Amino acid sequence: MDPEPILLQARGPLRSGVAADGDDGAARMSTIAEPVPVADQARARRRARVRVSRDGLGAFLFLLPLLAVFGLFAWFPIIRAVVMSVQETNLVSVPTFVGLANFGRVLADPQLGIAVRNTAWFAFLALVFGYPVPIVLAVLMSEVRKGRGLYSALAYLPVVVPPVVSVLLWRFFYDASPHGVFNSALGWVGLGPLPWLQSGDTAMPSIVIESTWANAGATVIIYLAALVAVPPELYDAADVDGASVWQKIRHVTLPQLRGVLLVTLILQLIATAQLFTEPLLFTSGGPNNATLTVLLLIYRYAFQNSLGGEYGMAAALSLMLAAFLAIFTAIYYRLTRGWSTSS
Amino acid sequence: MHKRTTGRWSAIGSIVGLVALIAACSPVASPSSPSAAAPSSATNPSAAAQAPVTISVGVLRPGATQEAVDALNLQISEFEAKYPWITVQPEEYNWTAPTFTAALAAGTLPDVFTIPFTDGKGLIAQHQIVNIDSRVKALGYADKFNKNVVVNGEDASGAIWAVPIAAYGMSLTYNRTLFTQAGLNADQPPTTWDEVRAAAKTIAQKTGVAGYAEMATENTGGWQLTTFTYALGGRMETAGADGKVTATLDNPATKAALEKLKAMRWDDKSMGSTFDYAWGTINQAFAAGQVGMFTGGSDLYTAMVQNNSLKPADYGVTTIPLVGSDAGVLGGGTLAAVNVITRDEQRDAAVKWIDFYYLQKLLTQEGAVADAKALKANNQPVGVPALPIFDKATYDASQQWIKDYINVPTAQMTGFTSKIFDQPLVTEPVAHTQELYAALDPVVQAVLTDKNADIDALLKKADQRVQAILDAG
Repeated sequence: MDPEPILLQARGPLRSGVAADGDDGAARMSTIAEPVPVADQARARRRARVRVSRDGLGAFLFLLPLLAVFGLFAWFPIIRAVVMSVQETNLVSVPTFVGLANFGRVLADPQLGIAVRNTAWFAFLALVFGYPVPIVLAVLMSEVRKGRGLYSALAYLPVVVPPVVSVLLWRFFYDASPHGVFNSALGWVGLGPLPWLQSGDTAMPSIVIESTWANAGATVIIYLAALVAVPPELYDAADVDGASVWQKIRHVTLPQLRGVLLVTLILQLIATAQLFTEPLLFTSGGPNNATLTVLLLIYRYAFQNSLGGEYGMAAALSLMLAAFLAIFTAIYYRLTRGWSTSS
Repeated sequence: MHKRTTGRWSAIGSIVGLVALIAACSPVASPSSPSAAAPSSATNPSAAAQAPVTISVGVLRPGATQEAVDALNLQISEFEAKYPWITVQPEEYNWTAPTFTAALAAGTLPDVFTIPFTDGKGLIAQHQIVNIDSRVKALGYADKFNKNVVVNGEDASGAIWAVPIAAYGMSLTYNRTLFTQAGLNADQPPTTWDEVRAAAKTIAQKTGVAGYAEMATENTGGWQLTTFTYALGGRMETAGADGKVTATLDNPATKAALEKLKAMRWDDKSMGSTFDYAWGTINQAFAAGQVGMFTGGSDLYTAMVQNNSLKPADYGVTTIPLVGSDAGVLGGGTLAAVNVITRDEQRDAAVKWIDFYYLQKLLTQEGAVADAKALKANNQPVGVPALPIFDKATYDASQQWIKDYINVPTAQMTGFTSKIFDQPLVTEPVAHTQELYAALDPVVQAVLTDKNADIDALLKKADQRVQAILDAG
């Protein structure tokens, strides 16, 4: 190895040291003593760089299949969607570039307003009814001493059932005739029959009930895990102070869960913005577009016309939704940064 | 032209490629590379028939009974005996607007598939199906097609791209058992809309099920509202002298049709509690005895037997009441088309299959009897009412050929069969048909689920929507 550059490098701190320390002899002595460790450091750094790049190559080789798969099935479709949003294409003929025309047509579509309103309505209902349910379930289950595994399994079971199966089952439950499963049950207590999916007023709440049932389990598991992490001393201290169960939940459990609660809230909001399977299978967006969501509108653009749909418009609306969610999430984190860390 | 690249195909393809050119005796010459044309084999036309080829055909409705599968397999083995070099792979296939679009875009349709009349022109214009004109003409009976029917599969110059295989007229399907239970005469089905309404009310009151039901989702709401509109003398589109099509969704007949539905739904409460039926689900509900009457194709019997275990005694079908001189019955049908991602020898085989499976039974005594035998042996319906694909004389003759094999309750279908040929047949709206239907779905849904639905406003909005689509071209 050529020592010359090391020496040159070594002189760097020496000179600056001199300039900084002026004519102080002691300081000069100490700076003169430094070149050796500096050279060592440089050598070590160089060795490290070589080792890193060798490791990097190996790591890269091992990563390659994953990168290829990820690129092919995640990034390539995303890029394709971006390209398609400025194209007019039926996926068979050669596409033509149309600039931002697709975006303009989406924004001019009267269905977009309906879809956004419906999606916001679902998000609101899911927040009011769907968000507290897993918290309550998790807190209750964490208090249970025996058979917690059984309750966890029961809570998680709906998540295991494939969504299509559960939706079709619930469709059957939601039969609007007086002999439907839910209407029979309501009949026993003198209520109903409700039209459930067969009316614009009740269709969306019906979907919220099913999706709460279907999705609560996964969130319950997250909360249960977070609850285990709450230091038991806090509860002991609360006990010593004579706190009731409710006070313990209010002043110990919920503040300790705050970080997780904020994350699950944004995850749920993102999920509700992408509501698709339920309205497609329950109602096809009906009656009279009462359950037409943004994602279902994207699907309609692409697939409603059997002769090859408006794939450009579908891609354009997808991008707009993605951009909205990204911006929304960024703002959300900025606003809540303070809440999640300090108590 | 795309070529399939799966391993299976490339293996077969390499064999086929060698022999492909030998098929020069087939009606359309294969454009394979000249280098493959070995003079020795080209002079041996008998070898041409031996090039093995496989085609996938979309013929099995999802959920078809084992007996339906057996009947199909019997027909496939007969076909393969006749053309030993062709292998037929049956695939599950059922045309619905969204699934078809996805499969078309993804290139996963079978080599031979069926589409409604409404999609023929659009797919031809976009070159998403294959021009099989010369192959079909070579069958020797292309001139016998009913002109009004075959036009759905022709391009502007009259070349055949898709072959009509079935035609239906809209009918009023009714449940004879429910009629009897409600104290109505099942042999005298309603002949006016007032009688339909009265019968629906009686059935609802006496039996508790929906007296009348209407499809409303997956574009079927628009399809049925168009049927109703035609029956009351209205039209959804008019074409000007310059060929420019104008949407006329908010016409008086459509309004009257919706008012009739509204009255049955909200005044009589005779339409039950389910208002999101589509083609498959209304068949299911009817076969399960939950629907007294509904309008649908006259050929539904087959599907309801194959998929929904319909009890034949329940089934009755009659014509839709027509009101006024402009009234007509909506007629539609099915085209068979060949996938654009096929090789030439597959296209040859595909047309042979279309000829054998769909057309010979309508055309020749031999084909009709063979088809009827195979169906009857597996308890599949023979003799379901349809409209002629070829001329009326051929149709009448075909009915005679299969007379001994008919196993459907034809006496319960005379309400339809005795009168349908007197009804003027009106084709479906010609421009952007499925989009027009899609725009009308919410209108039907609104009337059936919202007591205060504003019919005029709904139709005006739908009309603007369709006009915008028509203007965009």
